[in-house]
This record gives sequence, structure tokens and C-alpha cells, in this order.
Amino acid sequence: MYAALWRALPGPTWVRAVQATALLALVVVVCFRWVFPWLEPLVPFTEVTVGP
Amino acid sequence: MGRRLVGWAGEVLVTLGVLLLLFVAWQLWWTDVVAERDAARVVEQLRADFAGGPVADGDGAPATDLPGDAVALLHVPRFGADWVRPVLEDTGPEVLATGVGHYVGTAGPGEVGNFAVAGHRTTWGRPFHDIDRLRAGDRVVVETAEHVYVYAVTGHEVVPPTDVAVIAAVPDDPGAAPEQPLLTMTSCHPRYSAAQRYVVHAALAQTLDPADLDTALASATEG
Repeated sequence: MYAALWRALPGPTWVRAVQATALLALVVVVCFRWVFPWLEPLVPFTEVTVGP
Repeated sequence: MGRRLVGWAGEVLVTLGVLLLLFVAWQLWWTDVVAERDAARVVEQLRADFAGGPVADGDGAPATDLPGDAVALLHVPRFGADWVRPVLEDTGPEVLATGVGHYVGTAGPGEVGNFAVAGHRTTWGRPFHDIDRLRAGDRVVVETAEHVYVYAVTGHEVVPPTDVAVIAAVPDDPGAAPEQPLLTMTSCHPRYSAAQRYVVHAALAQTLDPADLDTALASATEG
């Protein structure tokens, strides 16, 4: 999977490394801003209120 | 072909594992970063609003870009001499991601009845991380534009998450007519679990002018 991704990226090695790092950063940002906030209520370790 | 499939499956599993660790990092670290920044901003804004003089109860212009209506500032000297968090109306996840949430329908600060608030014990700035360190007699100070309410802790209990009676006007006696201004704080228990709730009750001890806030906090910290 990652080998195929690496081969699909254009340019010399250092350009590919930069692109791979940018993709990784993008994944982290998307997770932190949208995926994890959506996921949090589904794994409710952090509920603090009383309610019926 | 088979070897290649196994290789892919391995990479997918490793990726899921890394994402899981990333989620833990987000939950335990990043939510604190975001929440503490937001709380500091709201505290600053509230202080500016309070300095602007008393606002008519209820119909004052709502403070701008606050998540939910800000109710008060909460000082708990036991959590630190400078410890302060905003109290915001409602107890939804967005509100609790910024500060302490005021249960809708419970009494306001200083009112007869139960001023009930909820706060995170872990993650999201963890305002009530040390809630179990509160002892009977500890001061909990609620600052509004008009008054400073000094509550004294009366005790705590650990209850199931469904025990809504703890935030009743008379705690653990729903339906009874309130006679006393009380304060109740709820958080999760044990830490990093949502199995139970840690509940602290307090009763109003003093009502002061905003000018006396620093004196009240100083004496509470010494005591």
C-alpha cells in the first residue's frame, strides 16, 4: 500500500519525501479537526453530567 | 499474490493502530490545548464585561462569540490560587469543551435552590481534575458582574450517571421546596471513565461586592 503510494508520487526522492510528509500532515489535521471530534461521543470516556 | 495481500493487510492494521494512538494523543493532549486557550479567552472577555459595570439580568446584550451564554466566573482556591474558569449556560459537549457548564433549569449564582455545574475531570482543559481534593469547608467562589458569592463545601458523593437528584433544588430530595442557596459540581469518576459521577455539594456562606473578590480569594487560599 505505502510502497505503491511512494511509487505513484512524482519527482526525485526528496520531492517524494516532501509530498509524503505533507500528506501525513494533512491526515493528522483532518483527524484532529473533524474525525476525532465526531468520534469522541461514540467512545464516551469523558461524560461528566448527570442525566436520565 | 497471497503474500502481497498479507502485506497490505499488515499495513492496514499498523495504520489503524497508529490512528488509534493519534486519537489518544488528541484526546489527552490536544483537547487540553484547545480548551485552555478558549477558556482563557472567555475569562478575559467576561472580565472586560464585568468591568463595564452591572448588566441587567437576562436582557443585557449577549457577549459576542461566546459558546453559549456566559453566566459567571468560577474560582476554586483549592485548585490553585489563580485558578479560574468561565461558567457557561448549558452542559452540551461544545460548552464543556470551553469551560464549566451550568445545568439548564437549575438556580443561578447565589439564588435559592441549586446552582449546578458540570466540568471535565480529564481532557478538554480538565477543569474539575482535582474535584476529589475538595474538603468540607473549602471555598468555591462564583463571581458575577454584580456580586461575589462564596460557597463552602459541605460534602461529596459518588453516584451513578443517571442520578439526576443530585442537581435537584434540594439535592437528593427532588420535589422538595428549596430554602437555601446551594452549589453542586459534577464530574466523571473514576478518572478516564464515565462509569460514575463525582458530585460535590456546597452552601452559600457569604455574598460580597465584586471589589472584595481578591480579599475573599486570599483568605480562602490561606484557610
